[in-house]
Amino acid sequence: MPRITELDVNGSKRRLDADADRTLLSVLRDDLDLTGTKYGCGEGQCAACTVLIDGVPTRSCLTKVGAVAGKRIVTIEGLAPNGHLHPVQEAFIEADAMQCGWCTPGMILGAVALLQKNPHPTEADIVSGMNGHICRCGTYPRIVAAIQAAAHKGGHA
Amino acid sequence: MKRRDFFKVLGGGIVVILIPDDSDAQESGGGRRRGFNEPMPPALSAWLHIGENGLVTVYTGKVEVGQNARTSLSQAVAEELHTPVASIRMVMGDTELTPYDMGTFGSLTTPRMWPQIRKAAATAREMLVDLAAEKWKVDRSAVSIADGTVTAGSHTAGFAELTKGQKLTQTIPTSAAVTPATEWKVAGTSVPKINAREIVTGAHRYTFDMKRPGMLYGKVLRPPSFGAALVSLDSSAAEAMAGVKVVHEGDFVGVTAPDPFTAEKAVASLKADWKQLVAETSSRDVFDYFRKTAEKAPTPSPNLTSYTAAFIAHTPLEPRAAVAEWEGGKLTVWTGTQRPFGVRSELADHFKLDEDQVHVIMPDTGSGYGGKHSGEAALEAARLSKASGKPVKRAWTREEEMTWAYFRPGGVIDVGAKVAPDGTITEWEFHNYNSGPSGLNTVYAVADKKEQYHQTKSPLRQGSYRGLAATANHFVRESYMDELAHAAKMDPLDFRLKNTKDDRLRAVIVAAADKFGWKDRKKTAGHGFGIAAGFEKGGYVACCAEVAVTNGQVKVVRATEAFECGAVVNPEHLKNQIDGAVAMGIGGALFEAIEFANNKISNPRLRNYRLPRFTDMPTIESVLVDRKDLPSAGAGETPIVGIAPAIGNAIFDATGQRLRSLPLAPKGVSPSSESSPAPAP
Repeated sequence: MPRITELDVNGSKRRLDADADRTLLSVLRDDLDLTGTKYGCGEGQCAACTVLIDGVPTRSCLTKVGAVAGKRIVTIEGLAPNGHLHPVQEAFIEADAMQCGWCTPGMILGAVALLQKNPHPTEADIVSGMNGHICRCGTYPRIVAAIQAAAHKGGHA
Repeated sequence: MKRRDFFKVLGGGIVVILIPDDSDAQESGGGRRRGFNEPMPPALSAWLHIGENGLVTVYTGKVEVGQNARTSLSQAVAEELHTPVASIRMVMGDTELTPYDMGTFGSLTTPRMWPQIRKAAATAREMLVDLAAEKWKVDRSAVSIADGTVTAGSHTAGFAELTKGQKLTQTIPTSAAVTPATEWKVAGTSVPKINAREIVTGAHRYTFDMKRPGMLYGKVLRPPSFGAALVSLDSSAAEAMAGVKVVHEGDFVGVTAPDPFTAEKAVASLKADWKQLVAETSSRDVFDYFRKTAEKAPTPSPNLTSYTAAFIAHTPLEPRAAVAEWEGGKLTVWTGTQRPFGVRSELADHFKLDEDQVHVIMPDTGSGYGGKHSGEAALEAARLSKASGKPVKRAWTREEEMTWAYFRPGGVIDVGAKVAPDGTITEWEFHNYNSGPSGLNTVYAVADKKEQYHQTKSPLRQGSYRGLAATANHFVRESYMDELAHAAKMDPLDFRLKNTKDDRLRAVIVAAADKFGWKDRKKTAGHGFGIAAGFEKGGYVACCAEVAVTNGQVKVVRATEAFECGAVVNPEHLKNQIDGAVAMGIGGALFEAIEFANNKISNPRLRNYRLPRFTDMPTIESVLVDRKDLPSAGAGETPIVGIAPAIGNAIFDATGQRLRSLPLAPKGVSPSSESSPAPAP
C-alpha cells in the first residue's frame, strides 16, 4: 500500500509514515498530534475538521492523506505562529463567539478562508458562506458578529 | 484527597472548607463517598486554597461543558476575595482533587455551588484580614483588600506574603455572609470566557484529543440492533493483524490496536452471529405504545387534545470519549461526563473496586446538554486497558453517539381545559406519557387542576436533556393556551395575562411582548406571530416569534426572549445561553427527530438527522430581567422551553394550521398537515 512520508503542515515539512488511504484528519490528530482539528461527524456535514489546503477550506475527515502530499496544509495551530493571534481568532475571543469550543477551530479556519475570498462580506454572505459549519451550542449570532468585526479590522490580512 | 493530606498535596497556605447546610447535603448525595476513610464533613461542597505563593485555587466537583461555569465560578471568587479573575484557578470535576458532587445538571451550579463558593472566598478574605492585622499589629477594621493586594495604612502585601509559612484551615457553614448583588463589582459583569484563548488556538485538550505514553486505540463491536445477543464470534482475522488484541467478555467484544485505522480494520474483520430481538414498536407507532404501556391505568377525561413529541438526540459535537489506564490495580480515566463521581461509581461497581481506587478526571468538554450523564466510553476504555495492560483511548464515532448513548424521551401529552366567558381558565387537565415530569405543572392560576405524569415503557434508552421534559410540557401547555385564546376570541397575550397571578411571570411576558412590538404587529401574507411563556428551574421565560411560511417551508424570522433568573451573574454569557437555547430549540421545534424500527436507529448520521445551521437562525433579541433582589438561578436550560410553542403558535397564525407534533414541520407545512380545530373548551 502506498505510504506518505512527508507533509507540508503550518509552514514546515513534517516527517511521518502513514498509509495513503487514511484520512488527513486522523493523520493530523493521531500522528502529528495536531488535535486542534476536530472530528465531529466523519461525513463532511459539520465542518469541525476544516483545514486549509493551499488556502482552500477542506473537510479533513473526507480527505485522504495521499491526496494532499506536497500541498500547503494550514491547521488552527498554524494560524497564530509565535503566539500572535490571527485577527479572526481575536474577534472570536472578543465576541465570546463560542460555548464548548469544539466547533471553534473549524469555524475560524472557515472564516479566514471566507474573508480571503470576500474581505467585506455582508451578513447574508457570512450566513451562506459559513452554512456548512455546525455549532451545536448555537452561538451562530456571535460567530457572525465576530466575522463582521474581523472583516472591519481587515481580518483577511 | 483526605483532609490530613491537604497541605501535603496542595502545599502550605490557607484552606477554606465549605460545609453545606443540611438541606444542601441531601441534594449533593454525600452518602456515596465510599473510600474516604477519615471523618470528613458529610458532604463537602468546595475547597478554596491560597498557596504560599499567593495563588488562589478553588476545587469543585462541577464541570465545564460550554455553559461557562468555569467563568461564573471564578467571578464568584473574584467578587468576594477582591482579587482579579486571572489570578484564580478552578480545579473542576476531578474525583481525587475535588469534593464530591452529584453532577452538573438541573441548572444547579449557579443557585447552589455559586453562592457556596462565594462564601468560601468571603471567609478566605476574612482570614487574610486576620493575618494582616496580626502581622502589622493593627486593628482588623483598618485592613482592606483590593485587586489582590492587602493594605492597612502604609502597610501593603500580596496574598503570598501573608500565607507564607501558614497552614491554616477553616471550616465554615454555608451561612457565611456575602456581598449583596447591588454592590457586586465582578459578579454581574460580562467577564469573558476564561480559557477562550486555548479554544481559538486549538490548544485546549479535550478528552478526544488526549494521548498517553504507549496508548492504544480501542474500538468496540456493536450489535446489529438493540438487545441482540452474541451467538458466535470468529476473530481470527483480527488476531492475525500486527499489534491487534481482541477482547471478548460475554457480549462485549472490543479490540485494541496501535492506531485507530488498524483498530477500525480489525473490528470490521470480526465475523459475529447475533440473535436479534423482535421490536415492540417503531418511531411510527411509538405514541400508541406509550399509552398502552402506561404503568398505572390513567383515568383521563374524554375529549382531551393530544400532542406528541419525538425522541431527539443531544448530538454534542464532541462525541463520548475516554482514556483509561491502570497502575498497580488503580484505575485512572479521563472522560467527558457531566457526572465524574457517578462515572467513578459505575467503574468501581464494574471492576469491584473501592471508589478511592478509581480516579475520574473531566477535562473541559465539547458540550453535553444533559446527554453526558453516563460513562459508557469510560467503561469500554477501562475494560480494554485492563485486558491490554496499556493506556487505551475510546473515541466514539458520530454514529455510535447517535445510537448507543441515550435520547431525549419522546412522549404523548393529552390536555384539556374549561374557560369561563371572561377568559378565566377554570379547569385544567394534563397527562404526560413518558416524556417526563419536569415542567408538568402549569404556571398559570387555575382553581381546578389535574396534572399527571405516566411512566410507560420506552423502546429506546432515554435520559436527561436540556430542560428535560419541560420542553415538551411547555410546548403543549403553551400551544394549548393559544388554542384556548383563539376559542375565547382573545389575543394570546391578553389571555395569558388574564390567567397570570405570578408577578415574575407577568414581568417577562410584558417585557418580551414590549420588545417584540406584539401589540403593533402587522400581519402580512405568509407571516405569523406567536407567543409563549413559562417557568422552570428557578427561571421565568417568555418568547415571541415571527415566522415566514414560503411554499410550505417555515423560517423563523425573529425571536424575542425575555428571561429572568434572579440576579444576573454574567450578562453576555446569559445572552449567549439564550441564543444557544433558541438555536437548539428551533431544531427540536421544526425538524429534529430520531427515527427507529426493528430495534435500530434509522438516522444516526448528520446527513439524515438535521441540526440547526446558520441559515435556520432568526434575529434574536433578548431581554435580561435582572432582579438583584433575588438569588441567581441557573440559565443553561430554561431559555429553551419557550421557543417551540412560540413557533407553533406563529405557524398557526400564518397558516391556520394547528400543529401538535414535535417536530412541527420536518418536511415543511402543507394543507394536508395534521391539523384539526380545537375541541370546544
